[in-house]
Amino acid sequence: MNLRAVWAIYRMEMARAFRTVLQSIVSPVISTSLYFVVFGSAIGSRITEIDGISYGAFIVPGLIMLSLLTQSISNASFAIYFPKFVGSIYELLSAPVSYLEIVIAYVGGAATKSIILGLIILATASLFVPLTILHPFWMLAFLVLTAVTFSLFGFIIGIWAKSFEQLQLVPLLIITPLTFLGGSFYSINMLPEVWRTITLFNPVVYLISGFRWSFYGKSDVSVGVSLGMTVVFLLICIAIVAWIFRTGYRLRN
Amino acid sequence: MPSILSISGVSKTYATGFTALKEVNLDIQRGEIFALLGPNGAGKTTLISIVCGIVNRSSGTVTVDGHDINKDYRAARSLIGLVPQELTIDAFESVWATVNYSRGLFGKPANPAFVEKVLRDLSLWDKKDAKAITLSGGMKRRLMIAKALSHEPRILFLDEPTAGVDVELRQDMWAMVRRLREDGVTIILTTHYIEEAEAMADRVGVINRGEIILVENKAELMRKLGRKRLVLELRNPLTAIPEALSRYALDLSPDGGQLTYTYDNQAERPGVASLMRDLEAGGVQFRDIDTQNSSLEEIFVNLVRREP
Repeated sequence: MNLRAVWAIYRMEMARAFRTVLQSIVSPVISTSLYFVVFGSAIGSRITEIDGISYGAFIVPGLIMLSLLTQSISNASFAIYFPKFVGSIYELLSAPVSYLEIVIAYVGGAATKSIILGLIILATASLFVPLTILHPFWMLAFLVLTAVTFSLFGFIIGIWAKSFEQLQLVPLLIITPLTFLGGSFYSINMLPEVWRTITLFNPVVYLISGFRWSFYGKSDVSVGVSLGMTVVFLLICIAIVAWIFRTGYRLRN
Repeated sequence: MPSILSISGVSKTYATGFTALKEVNLDIQRGEIFALLGPNGAGKTTLISIVCGIVNRSSGTVTVDGHDINKDYRAARSLIGLVPQELTIDAFESVWATVNYSRGLFGKPANPAFVEKVLRDLSLWDKKDAKAITLSGGMKRRLMIAKALSHEPRILFLDEPTAGVDVELRQDMWAMVRRLREDGVTIILTTHYIEEAEAMADRVGVINRGEIILVENKAELMRKLGRKRLVLELRNPLTAIPEALSRYALDLSPDGGQLTYTYDNQAERPGVASLMRDLEAGGVQFRDIDTQNSSLEEIFVNLVRREP
């Protein structure tokens, strides 16, 4: 294994994050804080508690997931799309680096950034509301698993995209709506039966529900199902990435 | 001399149906400077991209120092440095970071002293902390070379290295290429500046419409395919070429004072002697005579034109 190459790419990706610290870290923290203030105070004044959890505290896992999903996708998709766009991808493709090493480095970099971001948002939220984390191991497990899965998904989008517009398309038209409708700001049990059933087709529901369980021990769907769905999505992403590399799709053709 | 790069039966058809390469066979000898000439769109960059692993080939085999570029891609690629035609650098990285990144990418341990030497050799040391975006075009080109040399390759591909580069930098690059060759690096450069090949190459390959139409020692090529010109400075200007001389390929200068005869110096009867006789018989006197060899550019144009 060319570990030096993995480290070189990973370090370059992390350096990019710190170089653009305002865009990478500060702006998601500010926007999440705004969500927190607006939703927490506007809706929180009407809904005091959900499942025995204060509304302010209830939305924290959803807010973290919202950023985790969008940032993982955006970090990874941009990281691989940008060299494609400017042409510097030639160096990566001509280097003695395996596909696995490329994925580990890029997805590792993107996931690291979004995990750091998730933890910063968690710390920010703790300034607004008292938080309890009943299952810290599972909280971290969901955080890492989701970051890796969606970084892989972002990597796929970055390879697929032929323009900046396409790069934004999937996060904007699919991921953001799914996250908002996936129970970030409410429990899906509050929905009418028909909408609740429809919502169960939204994969983000399982991520948020499992993550919220790790905090408060309460979930909309069972934790086992949440974990299972996350792993299934991870495996789907791995299979697509493997196919991309086997065929050279939009990279070596 | 053993070949360091062997390309055998390589074809490439893109998804659009365009065939960029047709059954290309080429052997590059260890330590030589090989110039691959061809007009735009001939397949030069596609061929380089296949060897370097950037583009998948449709068929054929490529080995680098005996390593198959697919089965043993790590060994093959670690021997190759590539300077592509386009200036494609991560604009926001510093010179130092981007060159060290390239070295790491090729699996080499950090070696600040070596990277410093590369940057000094390319007159980039002063700019080591500058971001790539702030460099001039010529400096960016040198940075691309520094990146390619950072992992100490044994084969260096220079794809149109002096396209859009000023004369001074071009001379510097030629000097650098010669230094690298002295260190045993094999150099393959593609160019459509014939003078570049003429100045540097040991051997020349000509590619046109995806096919290698000729590979030859440069001096031999110029000797074999070169046409010679006999230039006569006339004592009395002519208004037209005399009828008696019409069987010769003669050109009269616009002022009528110079007559040029172009001939194949490899021909059994180049016609020089008979021309002299006919000139004398026709009363055409000249005060000076000169012969010139055709340049590689003329040879190249002739070759490419000859293709159907």
